[in-house]
Amino acid sequence: MEFPEELKYTEEHEWVLIEDGVATVGITDFAQDALGDVVFVELPEVGTVLEAGKSFGVVESVKAVSDVYAPVSGEVIEINEELPDTPELVNTSPYEDGWMVKIKLADNVELDDLMDADAYQEFVEDEE
Amino acid sequence: MTTLGTSGLILNEKLMFEHSDPGRKGYSLPPLDVPAVTLPAPLVRNEVPGFPELSEVDVVRHFTRLSTWNYGVDSGFYPLGSCTMKYNPKINETVARLPGLAGVHPATPEHLSQGALKLMYELQTALAEISGFSAITLQPAAGAHGELAGMLMIRAWHEALGNPRAKVLIPDTAHGTNPASAALCGYEVVPIASDGVLSAQTVAEHMDGEVAALMVTNPNTLGLFESEIREICDIVHAKGGLVYCDGANLNALMGIARPGDMGIDVMHFNLHKTFATPHGGGGPGSGPVGVTKALTPFLPVPVLTSGESGYRLDYDRPQSIGRLRSFFGNFGIMVRAYAYIRTMGAAGLKHASEMAVLNANYVRARLEGTFHLPYPNRSLHEVVFSDRDLAGDCHTLDLAKRLIDYGYHPPTIYFPLVVKGAIMIEPTETESQETLDEFCEAMLAIAVEARDTPGLLHAAPVRTRIRRLDETAAARKPRLKWEG
Amino acid sequence: MRYIPHTEEDIRQMLDAIGVETVGDLFTGIPADVRLQRPMNLPPALAEGDLLREFKQLARQNATVESHLSFLGGGAYNHFIPAVVDQMISRSEFYTAYTPYQPEISQGTLQAIFEYQTLVCQLTGMDVANASMYDGASACAEAVLMAVRASRRKKVLISAALHPEYRETVETYCRYLDIELVTIPFAADGRTDLSALERALGKDVAAVVTGYPNFFGVIEDLAAQAGMAQGSGARLVTAVAEPIALGLLKSPGELGADIVAGEGQSFGIPVSFGGPYLGFFAARQQDVRSMPGRLVGETIDKEERRGFVLTLSTREQHIRREKATSNICSNEGLCALMATVYLSLMGKAGIREVAVQNHSKADYARRAIAALKGYAIPFAAPVFNEFVVEAPEPAAAVLGRLEQQNILGGIPLERYFGGMANRFLVCVTEQNSKAEIDALVAALAGGGQ
Repeated sequence: MEFPEELKYTEEHEWVLIEDGVATVGITDFAQDALGDVVFVELPEVGTVLEAGKSFGVVESVKAVSDVYAPVSGEVIEINEELPDTPELVNTSPYEDGWMVKIKLADNVELDDLMDADAYQEFVEDEE
Repeated sequence: MTTLGTSGLILNEKLMFEHSDPGRKGYSLPPLDVPAVTLPAPLVRNEVPGFPELSEVDVVRHFTRLSTWNYGVDSGFYPLGSCTMKYNPKINETVARLPGLAGVHPATPEHLSQGALKLMYELQTALAEISGFSAITLQPAAGAHGELAGMLMIRAWHEALGNPRAKVLIPDTAHGTNPASAALCGYEVVPIASDGVLSAQTVAEHMDGEVAALMVTNPNTLGLFESEIREICDIVHAKGGLVYCDGANLNALMGIARPGDMGIDVMHFNLHKTFATPHGGGGPGSGPVGVTKALTPFLPVPVLTSGESGYRLDYDRPQSIGRLRSFFGNFGIMVRAYAYIRTMGAAGLKHASEMAVLNANYVRARLEGTFHLPYPNRSLHEVVFSDRDLAGDCHTLDLAKRLIDYGYHPPTIYFPLVVKGAIMIEPTETESQETLDEFCEAMLAIAVEARDTPGLLHAAPVRTRIRRLDETAAARKPRLKWEG
Repeated sequence: MRYIPHTEEDIRQMLDAIGVETVGDLFTGIPADVRLQRPMNLPPALAEGDLLREFKQLARQNATVESHLSFLGGGAYNHFIPAVVDQMISRSEFYTAYTPYQPEISQGTLQAIFEYQTLVCQLTGMDVANASMYDGASACAEAVLMAVRASRRKKVLISAALHPEYRETVETYCRYLDIELVTIPFAADGRTDLSALERALGKDVAAVVTGYPNFFGVIEDLAAQAGMAQGSGARLVTAVAEPIALGLLKSPGELGADIVAGEGQSFGIPVSFGGPYLGFFAARQQDVRSMPGRLVGETIDKEERRGFVLTLSTREQHIRREKATSNICSNEGLCALMATVYLSLMGKAGIREVAVQNHSKADYARRAIAALKGYAIPFAAPVFNEFVVEAPEPAAAVLGRLEQQNILGGIPLERYFGGMANRFLVCVTEQNSKAEIDALVAALAGGGQ
């Protein structure tokens, strides 16, 4: 199971990549493994303003469904248009092709609440 | 060992649309004896595109072949936990088809449908006696519909007292329908942990003036009696709440204990479980609801009453929650359930519950030691094992599929959620010791296979017409109808 | 007891294996203070022959088409049921099976539901249909909830000409969900008042709900309603209580409906004093994940053979619990099978022919009654197989006199609509011969003499 060093993580199993004030968000390898084969991803529209900790989308497998929570607040500036037709990208490439939304960061302070890779790995091991 | 399951000649069969041949007919109508008229052209369609054209023989072969791909209670043992797959008596099918019952139109005036109304009244009376409630509505079409009716009545009762309250407590062993039904009444669902049996202390900790109701299942989905139910009801009542009971598991209690006597305020029955009406491949069921006297003003309309002028339907109920469907309920299912009750009598129903509990405990005794039993408390009508001790990287799903090869319908799997890899077995009273022995031997043989030849489980089923299906593909690119 | 196989010896052996002395010992988990201390007070058990006699006795106390000429409709219809329907659904592999949770041994049920979903889509002109709901009224209520969910709006406009029991059911389902229901009156011709509808529409409306045909048997102008509804972003919910009409009428889908909910009883299901019936439910592709109820989808097995499974289950209560699209679990599976068998027999030609017969006979009866002195047909819009009659005196009196001649002449409307004391609803199907219709007309003509 992978925990890329450059990412930040949430307790709800989202990952965040920060580049130039933009947060790219997806679900972690651990999350996709727990869900099983993903069959559907519901994403917000571009322009939606998200609030940290609130649900912004849904990931479904055959037997389970899970909300996806915004790790940070801000406006959605791009969504992954591939996911509605190829939801399996969440399974095959959770950290790259399976990204979900890009959020224009509203408040850098929120980043302090996120875990780094080591802390998340420890968190996952405790959960198991 | 000779197993029940074997392979034989099974016939393939296309979709009915793929058999269609233009010009074929499978119907007959008398000649039209009045002038043929049609409607203005803008209102009329040319045809129903795609509708099949088949002869009667085509249709009969088609559905006969499809039927052979199914497994029913009449085929064999069907120990689906919490579903009470008991034998469906044939005389009940006969009486439900009597023209004087199946042919009564629901708008027939009351004085010309007294037989149908009497049957419903007698069924209400019997269900009230079996459950210990003051009044019964027969209107709900299924268990979940009964839950909705019951929770609506609970909300209406609170509203009448001035505060609808906000929350409903639901233990983690509940059916998924319970939270969904509570949500339909505008309530927030608060899940509470039960540790097998719900403790009065846990309920007391969660109970406050904003809790409208506690929803319990008793016996619960682990097959255990909620032994603190009386105290739990007292705690909920003391804070002004009500207690709802999911009656799916009433088959353990007939003639032994009555939910109405335990302090429960509302309960739904599943006539298609406890009272032997067939499940029909998913329905129709019937989900009557019993309530205490305090809740009777809120019953759905119409309310069936008996008086000097016979049986009548009372629509003048100002505090009623209203109606949940058209007409009076699934009458044809009520006929079957009433026939069952009249066939069994009081002693017969009690004997049924006793033998249902005996059968579940017998299966438990034979499998305990090989399969992990997460809750060792005394079982009632069903027993829940887990796949913890299954070897060879085999899981509950593999065991279930392998049971099919042995000729059995699998138990309920992965429910209740509190047991990881749950295997929930409800034999019911209509199965003989021989059947249970054969089933248990199959279970034990599969446990050995899991250790020695786990590939057999992973590949199962192999004796069926088709093998495991790709559910992921079905959900990713849904094909929900034939498109030629 | 013939349904319980245990002998005394079996019980003894089983108790020994369990390690208890008596059957009573199995119930020690139930505290004494909640035990029933007496036998239940129920009528004595009956042998099979006695039971049959008793039920026949009950059956004799009801009026049916065998004892009376019947012109009753209003949401339940007396259509001919071919013998094949009951023969097929009496295969116990169908009727003694549970919900098809184990697809490898449930392909019969699953393929039949897939065919049923296809037939419903073809009839209604919609993209997707579910595996069934309880009945037309509850399907209509679920359609309203779906429209509210999908639009995130809270106001629903309901035609006053919708079947009153459908409307009451919608009210019950919406009772505590903070949904505002607004009635749209019907116009003088019996159709929903389009100008009133236009006035009531706005950006806060989730759905417009109308019958097709409506409760008065009248054929609504769905295209106009759909245009208006969609103009303000609302969904048109069409409730079809008499689906035989869809053999003749343009489909709701073609006319622009967004959700079609209806009652499938007309398709081979006995009137059975109001149930079990068959709620059918169809919608547009874009709304499929908001739909209530089970769906069957096509897929392949490990060896690439076609098979069918329950799919998109994450909408349902057993997975999504309080956030599910509905609480429905058991549906009306066997009734859906009856409809599937019925429609496969009728086919393309039969559904048309039976619809034309219904309409023609109703038209004949309507003209004949309109010609009677003192009687009137208050609604001028086209009807399918039902119509409202205005009598020169209270409908109860007229219908009471007809009963004396063993005629069930119609449904009095006063219970549903204040001010309609003299009106009743007459239904004519392919089962009513010209001679029966003439007898009804003659009996009405003879009234008041």
